[in-house]
Amino acid sequence: MGEELKLFGVWGSPFSRRVELALRLKGIPYDYMEEDLSNKSPSLLKYNPIHKKIPVLLHGGKPVVESLVILEYIEETWEGNHAILPKDPYERAMARFWARFLDDKCMPAMWMSCWTEGDAQQNFMKESKENLSILEGELKGKKFFGGNAIGLVDIAALFIAHWAGVLQEVAGISLVNEEKHPILFKWIEEFISSDIVVECLPARERLLAFFQAKKETMLATKAPAQ
Amino acid sequence: MATAAEKEGVVLLDFWVSPFGQRCRIALAEKGVEYEYKEENLSDKSPLLLKMNPIHKKIPVLIHHGKPICESLVIVQYIDEVWSNNPLLPSDPYERAKARFWADFVDKKVYECGTRLWKLKGEAHEEARKDMIEILKLLEGELGDKKYFGGETFGFVDVAVAPFTAWFYTYETCGKFSVDEECPKLAAWAKRCKERESVSKSVHDPHKVYEFVGKLKKKFGLE
Repeated sequence: MGEELKLFGVWGSPFSRRVELALRLKGIPYDYMEEDLSNKSPSLLKYNPIHKKIPVLLHGGKPVVESLVILEYIEETWEGNHAILPKDPYERAMARFWARFLDDKCMPAMWMSCWTEGDAQQNFMKESKENLSILEGELKGKKFFGGNAIGLVDIAALFIAHWAGVLQEVAGISLVNEEKHPILFKWIEEFISSDIVVECLPARERLLAFFQAKKETMLATKAPAQ
Repeated sequence: MATAAEKEGVVLLDFWVSPFGQRCRIALAEKGVEYEYKEENLSDKSPLLLKMNPIHKKIPVLIHHGKPICESLVIVQYIDEVWSNNPLLPSDPYERAKARFWADFVDKKVYECGTRLWKLKGEAHEEARKDMIEILKLLEGELGDKKYFGGETFGFVDVAVAPFTAWFYTYETCGKFSVDEECPKLAAWAKRCKERESVSKSVHDPHKVYEFVGKLKKKFGLE
């Protein structure tokens, strides 16, 4: 495929990093365009007029949006190297189900756990821990969610492997915990030991600084007026 | 002597008015697959449902030779892959990505907005009304002058949207607008869908849906 391939993303977004990971696993070269979400480029607004979000994959001038849709597009377009979905329809359905579970349930609850307080936080933390236990159940006996090799679900779970640890630290809470989630912890270790995965992760210090600054801004705006 | 349904080994756990369950019914009908339909009582979920969907405890659940598949769009893709006649997704990867995008759009937007439309009052209701008209216009934009979202053939996005046509009357009545006026092409598409046996046999009368929502409103103390 000699057509132009461009990815519009944001350095700190787990969603655009997912797409980068899939492209790198398959050895597909691409151009990367960093977006400033406070000042979205005309290209971004042109290629994703409905949601106005990253990531956007532009292939031969045609845009594909929504990270999970992009991952399936990449899988179907570059079939040869490193399959990220199994061939069996039932196994494919399971992979799609778990990817949706991550996006619809796990990530929002973990994210909200880190940015809320009091009872609301307690509820989100409880939900997060339940979700993580469910994920552990799915992982049992396997090196990766995809089996012996990194698959769609592993790629979708990138947030847990890297961002969760940073956010926990900023929020001063514990969500993914070696004691409570030993299998998931082992998966994280295995996952981020891969060079290709590490290449796709934003520097931890930079991410930490970014979220710490965000937290400070949040607390400053909440400070009571004198 | 095994029935056709038993031979196929397909069971669908569902709830009569659910547009998500109806997507599965439509897909199975399009493929000519015989199946056993099991109506769930959502206020008293069956042990089978809780066993087959322990994580979300929701319908629809497709059980194929004893193995469960959950989430309506995951189910529809599974049906499309197992029974390859009358393909619902196109064969070109880019067209498939577009179809998945629009089905995902419907999932993210229509039901949630519809719920706000019948549940909320005042300014929030006004916003829901505005949002719903915008959502329907976006769908109409994608449909354009095509016979179906899938082009000449009834496809994945048609399956994803068709059940919501039974909710148009409810949205119109709650929002005081007309789909015919705001989105005439979408309204015409809805009529064409109703003429398909797979849709007419799976989707209920819009007045029944409105009655159902009325009951929900009473339950929530909104009437």
